[in-house]
Amino acid sequence: MSMETEVNPRHTIAVLVDNEPGVLARVVGLFSGRGYNIESLTVAEVDTTLDRSRINIVTSGDQMIIDQIRAQLERLVPVFNVVDLTEEGPSIERELALVRVVGKGENRIEALRVADIFRARAVDSTLGSFVFEVTGDSNKVNAFIDLMRPLGLREVSRTGVVAIARGAESM
Amino acid sequence: MSATEQSLMDSETVETRTMSGAEILIRALTDQGVDVIFGYPGGAVLPIYDALFAQNNIRHILVRQEGGAVHAAEGYARSTGKPGVVLVTSGPGATNAVTGLTDAMMDSIPIVCLTGQVATHLIGNDAFQEADTIGITRPCTKHNYLVKDTNEMGRIVHEAFYVATHGRPGPVVIDLPKDICVNQGTYEMPDLASLRHKTYRPPEHGDAAQVRAAVELMAGAKRPLFYTGGGLINSGPEACAKLRELVQLTGYPITNTLMGLGAYPASDNQFIGMLGMHGTYEANHAMHDCDVMICLGARFDDRITGRLDAFSPGSKKIHVDIDPSSINKNIHVDLGIIGDVGLVIGQMLDCWKAEGHAPDRAALADWWTVIQRWRSRDCLAYHQGGDVILPQHAIKRLYELTKDKDVYVTTEVGQHQMWAAQYYKFEEPNRWMTSGGLGTMGYGLPAAVGVQIAHPEALVIDIAGEASTMMNIQEISTAMQYRLPLKVFILNNRWMGMVRQWQQLLHGSRFSETYSEALPDFVKLADAFGATGMVIDDPKTLDDDIQRMLDTDGMVIADVRVAQEENCFPMVPSGAAHNEMLLGTDQDGVGAPVSAAGQALV
Repeated sequence: MSMETEVNPRHTIAVLVDNEPGVLARVVGLFSGRGYNIESLTVAEVDTTLDRSRINIVTSGDQMIIDQIRAQLERLVPVFNVVDLTEEGPSIERELALVRVVGKGENRIEALRVADIFRARAVDSTLGSFVFEVTGDSNKVNAFIDLMRPLGLREVSRTGVVAIARGAESM
Repeated sequence: MSATEQSLMDSETVETRTMSGAEILIRALTDQGVDVIFGYPGGAVLPIYDALFAQNNIRHILVRQEGGAVHAAEGYARSTGKPGVVLVTSGPGATNAVTGLTDAMMDSIPIVCLTGQVATHLIGNDAFQEADTIGITRPCTKHNYLVKDTNEMGRIVHEAFYVATHGRPGPVVIDLPKDICVNQGTYEMPDLASLRHKTYRPPEHGDAAQVRAAVELMAGAKRPLFYTGGGLINSGPEACAKLRELVQLTGYPITNTLMGLGAYPASDNQFIGMLGMHGTYEANHAMHDCDVMICLGARFDDRITGRLDAFSPGSKKIHVDIDPSSINKNIHVDLGIIGDVGLVIGQMLDCWKAEGHAPDRAALADWWTVIQRWRSRDCLAYHQGGDVILPQHAIKRLYELTKDKDVYVTTEVGQHQMWAAQYYKFEEPNRWMTSGGLGTMGYGLPAAVGVQIAHPEALVIDIAGEASTMMNIQEISTAMQYRLPLKVFILNNRWMGMVRQWQQLLHGSRFSETYSEALPDFVKLADAFGATGMVIDDPKTLDDDIQRMLDTDGMVIADVRVAQEENCFPMVPSGAAHNEMLLGTDQDGVGAPVSAAGQALV
């Protein structure tokens, strides 16, 4: 697995689509039908007046495959624009996770302390549990979840990656 | 004022008209210039058939199975350059159409397929004859639509035609719920010339700087080769005419793919035959040894390249394609130009002339000498002796006896298809209809129906195999209904010949399930449908028998009994390099043994 990630670097691709029924199925079907990898996928409407949605996909593959993915996405009729954020200059990636931690005593205090370091907020609390909200890039979210494991980690819900290019240019 | 006068006034004064969804559909099809639909009725499309009944602009051709309707529409489209239109019912009607849609997708054939659907409130309820047509056809169409509002019907139909015919052509499905066809809605005729899609922007001209770079590379070539494909046929006769001009201007050799046959006249001396798995010795060697490969409207399919790491190792490759995803998909190219191949060839011609380029004549002469040496192997030679007709000979004689006629040829899939590609020479585009990418047995007979409907006066021949043609044999009935004088030329060797050939070459001659134990008597079969059947089995009377077939009015099914164990050569075995070809017994074999890796390939 780690070998594969080294050979096939991770790419974050943003796809602006016409918000018509089935457009997500087209994109997902393209990936499964052609054997491409989806590590993360997020989708939401981003422009209600023009009826456009943005899909952010994290995938991996050698350059030829990444170029293919891009060309295949551009070939879909309801697709406006495809940008490989990893390739085209610096970009910001964020993910949000809700993390349930159950515990008492020292573990509970330690969980709060770690949450503080990660700037995670407790968004729900009982006498024996917390739900933390943590945002950051995927590495930070992974690190937080790893630290919570020995402290009573029970459940994780993640949004997947949203990403945007730095600077004044928009896609 | 009578009621008739009142309604007439309404139609004159009001731009947008209120009609039922089915009427809007027929009106929009008429506005698109559709004159024929291939279809089969059923419950969900009854309102559409009712609207068809009430008009005379569009002719409906009733097929015998929906799969046949799509192939017929493909034949119509391929032979006319216009989109083919299909109308089928929901559920099984739509699922039967899937093979044809996939076929059209692979071969880039413009098709608009109208599928019935259960009423909108029933969708998702497992209603009678309900299928998730949109879900099923998503990967095998260029695009598909579910019409959810009768007022949207007109717009969607026009958009579907735009998508099917622009850019790289392909099949488009419009799924039509029954209530949407019954409900009233408004229709406005759009200005088709200025119609633009809000997201889909197919490329047209190539990038000028890249074209200039390509022309420079071409002019400097020592061992150049044009490798051209089905994109030329899709781009149109004008593109093919420009290709001729470019090829003749440069003096370079040219090879065609299976889908590109006819894009360049096969009788011209610069044409070195089809390339690929069953291509000529000279075409495959020229591909391997060229120094500049000019790929126009072809896609480096695995039938062309053979083993990827051994594909044309020393060449600079130029690739012109309208579909950016075709470039660098299988083979890395040095110069990819995205655009309509006909327009880009025009740009190349202008650039070549404007910059005063000339080919390197000395190098080109040497290159032709090498090619002539390969040609002299005469890789398609065969020896017709004895009392059994060789399939190659049958096609060669068929070609000689029909070449001066206004002739269109369709094929099924298998050995006969490859022999037809090798021995029947096409001088013009749109004359050759075959299932290339998907390799759909049963394509040829319904495709011939579509071709004959489009060209009622022409000679339409389905070069068939007995196994393939059995897959859509019911379409004889369609041909009879419309009195289509098709000539079905069955090369009958009682085997699923191409599979048998692979079993012989790759699987130790273990002929598992490839012999047809119980073939019909094709003469009686023809008789049962009302057609003329004949057996052709004597090499000495072959010409007379073919002539008799051609001279017979109406549909003829010729059962041509050919040598049973003849193999199709040259052949690049799967997993081999494209210059490692097996040749027939009359030539010295130079083929590579089939590797274990090759056995796993199709």
